[in-house]
Amino acid sequence: MNTPLLQTTRLEVNIGGHRICRDLDWRVEAGESWAILGRNGAGKSTLLATLAGLRPQQSGGLRVAGLALPHASLGAGARAMARVRGYLSQHQFDPFASTVMETVLVGRHPHLGRWDWESADDRRIAEAALNELGLNGLAEREVQTLSGGERQRLAVAQLLAQEPQLLLLDEPLTHLDLSHQVAVMELLTRRAAAGAAIIAVLHDPGFAARYCRQALLLFGNNEWLAGPAAEVITAANLSRLYGHPLRELGANGDRWFVPC
Amino acid sequence: MPTRRRALLSLAALIGLALLSLLVALAAGSLPVSAADVLCALSGNTGGLAVEVINGLRLPRALAAFACGGLLALAGTLMQVLLRNPLADPYVLGISGGAAVGALSAVLAGLTLALMNLAAFAGALAAMLLVFGLAHGDSSWTRSRLLLTGVIVAAGCGAIVALILSVAPEEGLRGMLFWLMGDLGHAISPWPALATLTLGLVVTLPFARELNLLSRGDTLAQALGVSVKQVKRGIYVLASLLTAVAVTTAGSIGFIGLVVPHLVRLAMIRLGWGNDQRLLLPASALFGGSLLVLADTLARTVIAPQQLPVGVLTALLGVPVFLFLLGRQPHEHQ
Repeated sequence: MNTPLLQTTRLEVNIGGHRICRDLDWRVEAGESWAILGRNGAGKSTLLATLAGLRPQQSGGLRVAGLALPHASLGAGARAMARVRGYLSQHQFDPFASTVMETVLVGRHPHLGRWDWESADDRRIAEAALNELGLNGLAEREVQTLSGGERQRLAVAQLLAQEPQLLLLDEPLTHLDLSHQVAVMELLTRRAAAGAAIIAVLHDPGFAARYCRQALLLFGNNEWLAGPAAEVITAANLSRLYGHPLRELGANGDRWFVPC
Repeated sequence: MPTRRRALLSLAALIGLALLSLLVALAAGSLPVSAADVLCALSGNTGGLAVEVINGLRLPRALAAFACGGLLALAGTLMQVLLRNPLADPYVLGISGGAAVGALSAVLAGLTLALMNLAAFAGALAAMLLVFGLAHGDSSWTRSRLLLTGVIVAAGCGAIVALILSVAPEEGLRGMLFWLMGDLGHAISPWPALATLTLGLVVTLPFARELNLLSRGDTLAQALGVSVKQVKRGIYVLASLLTAVAVTTAGSIGFIGLVVPHLVRLAMIRLGWGNDQRLLLPASALFGGSLLVLADTLARTVIAPQQLPVGVLTALLGVPVFLFLLGRQPHEHQ
């Protein structure tokens, strides 16, 4: 049997004395695409950062590609871990001037040796990533002049250039207009079909139901529910999840959820 | 970012500039010297008065100026990455304040020049350890905590300096003021500073790409495989040491550490090379060194035989340059 890309056993995650989840037993295999849903403050981002090895868990086991976290993401192992898992943060910072191309190339860092400079191959990978996000033509633009949506797509392009097998995305659709939301979700679906695993924090259960095959619901009171999207994302579960009654609408096999 | 070839070419040009600035420093002064004298001195021969002036006075002073300028520019570049703020300078965390307290106390106590330098270095280290210890308190090591601690320690040092100045006897005041403004006249030997500058470059250059990532945010850097905590502590300790050696050699010379990284970065952005530390770090060191050599040459010749403290010149030149730069970058701090 293959090693799962992500495995948690009795995982407990806390932040500031507040417990986000307990006894989380979860397995993510290559080719899967997971949505993490929950209300504001339920701990979606904290859980995602923990899965990325950016903060330690309270207790329990956490393995990425068979390597135990947070240990494997510290010190010498950090670069190797960055070749396996990528993390898209909710916020992007650009305190210093930089071009779009440079910003994408940053994603190649874990693949480069200490004295290496970005090669022609790295540039090709970066250009391909920009193309996928519709940013071709902006390569020489100054990052600080991009719009919010363009900057967000640039962050996704940077993650693609990193070429991780496990993609952890914290609200990848923020600032994006509808067509780019669809484009990014389709792109992520393609990556999953090609053998990567996707875990994305999403806010629209309709997008989750349409593009993700699996879903993890965080109820914010230590309770969680994980499984195939078709079974987990239901009007009843979502109403409990968001604390507001939701109604399911269907058309052409798609399911959408609207507040009652 | 520049290609490796272009980066190396730029550095070669800057090395040329550095050598040129050193030659100017050797040739300029109240005693006129010929090209033959300079060659004679550099080849290690002894000769007439000109050769002795070059070997005994101008060369050590020019080398000390180069080393201090390089140290301050390098430390400034590192501080800007550490605090992720293009407006940070080597003194922002109180290092020069600590050194000033040490140096001025030594003058007040009537100690010799060598002991004064030792006291300055001890003061700088004490300030660095104090800020490090206090900022490290809850092990969160956040930028705002580091910055606040540094600013408070600097303010405390400023108060002690003012106290010393107000109780110091008249005859010591001039030396104290020169020290505070930054002056290469009391540099004893350039070698500790030159060795530290070399060490600083050797230690930072292998981590230049990590620093690029760090300047884009801790989370991003950590997610891409940088050991953020260790690298940040390393930068802090190294930048502090570089600054401590610079102020020990020549007092607190202002603006080099702030303006030079800015100028180099601006030139790189103009060339479409962005904020790449692989070129920015060595280029800042070379440019900062050359600039201070030229500024010091100016300081000791412009109203000769009287000498100006070089810090006055760097500030006089630095302020308008910096304001000009700020005016040119309207989108830098939205």
